[in-house]
Amino acid sequence: MSDVTMRVFRGDRDGGGPVDYRVALTPGMVVLDALHAIQAHQAPDLAVRWNCKAAKCGSCSAEVNGRPRLACKTRMDALPLDKPITVYPLKAFPVIKDLVTDVSWNYKVNAKIPAFTPRPDVKWKMEQRDVDRVQEFRKCIECFLCQDVCHVLRDHGKKEQFGGPRFFVRVASLEMHPLDSVSRTKLLKEELGIGLCNITKCCTEVCPEEIHITDNAIIPLKERVVDEFYDPLTMLVRKIRGAKRD
Amino acid sequence: MTPKYETHENDVLIIGAGGAGLRAAVEALAQGASVGVVCKSLLGKAHTVMAEGGIAAAMCNVDQADGWRTHFRDTMRGGKFLNNWRMAQLHAQESPDRVRELEQWGALFDRTETGDILQRAFGGHTFKRLCHVGDRTGLEMIRTLQDRGVQQGIDVYMECTITRLLKDGDRIAGAFGYWREQGRFVIFKAKSVIVATGGIGKAWKVTSNSWECTGDGMALAYEAGAELLDMEFVQFHPTGMVWPPGVQGLLVTEAVRGEGGILRNKNGERFMEKYDPKRMELSTRDVVARSIYTEVKEGRGSPHGGAFLDISHKQAEYVKRKLPSMYHQFKELADVDITKGPMEVGPTCHYMMGGIRVEAETGRTSVAGLYAAGEAAAGLHGANRLGGNSLSDLLVFGRRAGLAAAEHARAVGGPAVDSAQVDEAERQLLAPFERTTGENPYTIHGELQDMLQALVGIFRTEEDLVRALGELEKFKARAGLMRVEGSRLFNPGWHLSRDLQHMLVVAEAVTRSALARQESRGAHSRIDFPKTEDAWGKKNHVITRDGAAMRLVEVPVAEMPEELKQILAEDK
Ligand SMILES: Cc1cc2nc3c(=O)[nH]c(=O)nc-3n(C[C@H](O)[C@H](O)[C@H](O)COP(=O)(O)OP(=O)(O)OC[C@H]3O[C@@H](n4cnc5c(N)ncnc54)[C@H](O)[C@@H]3O)c2cc1C
Ligand code: SF4
Ligand code: SF4
Ligand code: FES
Repeated sequence: MSDVTMRVFRGDRDGGGPVDYRVALTPGMVVLDALHAIQAHQAPDLAVRWNCKAAKCGSCSAEVNGRPRLACKTRMDALPLDKPITVYPLKAFPVIKDLVTDVSWNYKVNAKIPAFTPRPDVKWKMEQRDVDRVQEFRKCIECFLCQDVCHVLRDHGKKEQFGGPRFFVRVASLEMHPLDSVSRTKLLKEELGIGLCNITKCCTEVCPEEIHITDNAIIPLKERVVDEFYDPLTMLVRKIRGAKRD
Repeated sequence: MTPKYETHENDVLIIGAGGAGLRAAVEALAQGASVGVVCKSLLGKAHTVMAEGGIAAAMCNVDQADGWRTHFRDTMRGGKFLNNWRMAQLHAQESPDRVRELEQWGALFDRTETGDILQRAFGGHTFKRLCHVGDRTGLEMIRTLQDRGVQQGIDVYMECTITRLLKDGDRIAGAFGYWREQGRFVIFKAKSVIVATGGIGKAWKVTSNSWECTGDGMALAYEAGAELLDMEFVQFHPTGMVWPPGVQGLLVTEAVRGEGGILRNKNGERFMEKYDPKRMELSTRDVVARSIYTEVKEGRGSPHGGAFLDISHKQAEYVKRKLPSMYHQFKELADVDITKGPMEVGPTCHYMMGGIRVEAETGRTSVAGLYAAGEAAAGLHGANRLGGNSLSDLLVFGRRAGLAAAEHARAVGGPAVDSAQVDEAERQLLAPFERTTGENPYTIHGELQDMLQALVGIFRTEEDLVRALGELEKFKARAGLMRVEGSRLFNPGWHLSRDLQHMLVVAEAVTRSALARQESRGAHSRIDFPKTEDAWGKKNHVITRDGAAMRLVEVPVAEMPEELKQILAEDK
């Protein structure tokens, strides 16, 4: 098979730029394979995160030809091979080195979210159809591609006011858990800034787990916030019915 | 004390943030200890995240006839009776509670019709026993534990690699490592240290394991004076992907067979009828791996040197629901639609039954203050692990190690860090930068993988193993002279240079133990000694460090109490 040019960002906090590497194509090759080939033969210090090589851990996120993707899931033969393939780090987070970015902010946001809190003396019985919806959210592999693509973070850098789609998914997984008892709507409104989301759906488009981030997580959460803050009566009725599960 | 280094102090330091490390952390914290967890990757990315099929626990939600006794018996039989019986007993008795706990912390398992946790069949398990979430059980487990730990207040030191355990005389004092991000050195001072560093698969060429699985914890513990147990038992999972080359070795979960998948050779024969007519595809992993290997060797393999695994006789929707990540994995990486046709699969280096020798109740090693749990520890699985028994192992013995380590920390005073050890650890790490010539660690690693794959694989002979020992000496010499390029900033080549040293220690321990065991048992198959010998069934292998040399001794398998023998005798 033929060779292809990989145009990879090399650099650190102090700056950097693209470097071209020629890589021999092999059948079924993915972008991460090409990066590993560069590491093994040309640049042993090329920094890239990975663990599972199977789209299960969310480590290998990068921008391939300008699009946020998992490098281990992006087939070379699905890209135009007559031009260089560009591989850049996620733009929404500061570069540490090469393709590795500082994603620690995400862990800080996560720590703000109150844990699952079961109702007192629940019976641990749940129907599959009640957990289906939450299991969708729990598929999240924390690749942060949705965070990267969301304009509120990417273009406006509102990390102080906005939690980002990943954490709306996480809050949704707790809020819609059939046995959970606490409300996180105040947090959504005041600390995670859900109001800043204008439902562009870019996050849903890049999610490798095909989570319907906007339709299934963000929109229902926005409705809860509206109910609780602007329509207390509905909220009261819901509380009395104990119907977190709506 | 060495003030020139950043230093962190905790009562309990846990090396590893997989299921075992996190479960230990949650428990130690609950005991009131201050807890630090160090890991090489980001939090939540440890190997446990990749576990697919499920957690084995006799919950009896699907098969009421199940119970701890049957689980105990299955585990012992699967392990060919080399298991530590006490660990097998505790594991079988406690895993249902550990699973329920996960649910109470927010994990959402698939459900039965009556709203309980659903359980599926798996190889070697008499009953439907594996609690699961589709084929992403590990993700559910690690997220649940990680969120619990973070909420309760563990200190997480991520993307930090430990390269040496520190001792104060005979007791543990902490660990030395470096931040991968800046390459800066760091000291962790602790009264108790738990090694929960996972497996060793990356020493072999074809493996389901991630880059992290380089046997660090086993090598570090060995160097600190702890014992390694039954290192010859390396599990080759029967079903890894074989094509395309980039995904060779990637796991195809046993859940495919659990859900009814059938194995065939190129002639369309269901060959398991020949090797294990009773259990067929759901035979134990050692048997299925050898069967596929034999079919291929005798010329009945698939085009890329594997066997065909077919689940397409089930409804497409069912397959997509129960095995979603397998469906995507094959569709996207191999252009195969598993709802329409078979997958090609072959054996892949998957799991280490051997590891650090621990006391059953506490996970305590022979070094005061040093504990081990999870895949890094040995004993529970004997000569062969049953699928699903690892995740439950992590929960049961992670918790026990966390408990014991916290108790120990309460009972002892603070240790002193010896600056001579720190200096040596630093020298060791920096040496490859100082050389102006020398090989690239990637080259040495690649060749080591090829060598182990060829000489210390599924089938072994004295000739191969002796050769392997000779080769290992050469690798050691080469590794002593390798060179690292670039800066200390997030440098994977540099990282590999240290990992390689760990892999060499582990590889030698595996090879020596394999050479010594002159029989075939479980995952250890000797072509020159094909029979399972009763006399060998009474012996475990223990490896310790003797100066620079590795010493191997046989120790008797502990005698089991009468009532447990009874259980094993039942229902032959
Ligand atoms: C693809 C796949 C599927 C599997 N499916 C199942 C299943 O369905 N059921 C089942 O029971 N088992 C399964 N297993 C086995 C099981 O997942 C593993 O045995 C188990 O997850 C190991 O957990 P652990 O906590 O011991 O270690 P790991 O999860 O491997 O974690 C090790 C931790 O140690 C850290 N570490 C290692 N070295 C260092 C160092 N030097 N310094 C600092 N940190 C370090 C790592 O960063 C990591 O955080 C599967 C394995 C694979 C590969
Ligand atoms: S839908 Fe909202 S959260 Fe998603 S990318 Fe658009 S603005 Fe961001
Ligand atoms: S929601 Fe999807 S895109 Fe966002 S972090 Fe999770 S898996 Fe990635
Ligand atoms: S390496 Fe795990 S998602 Fe790509």
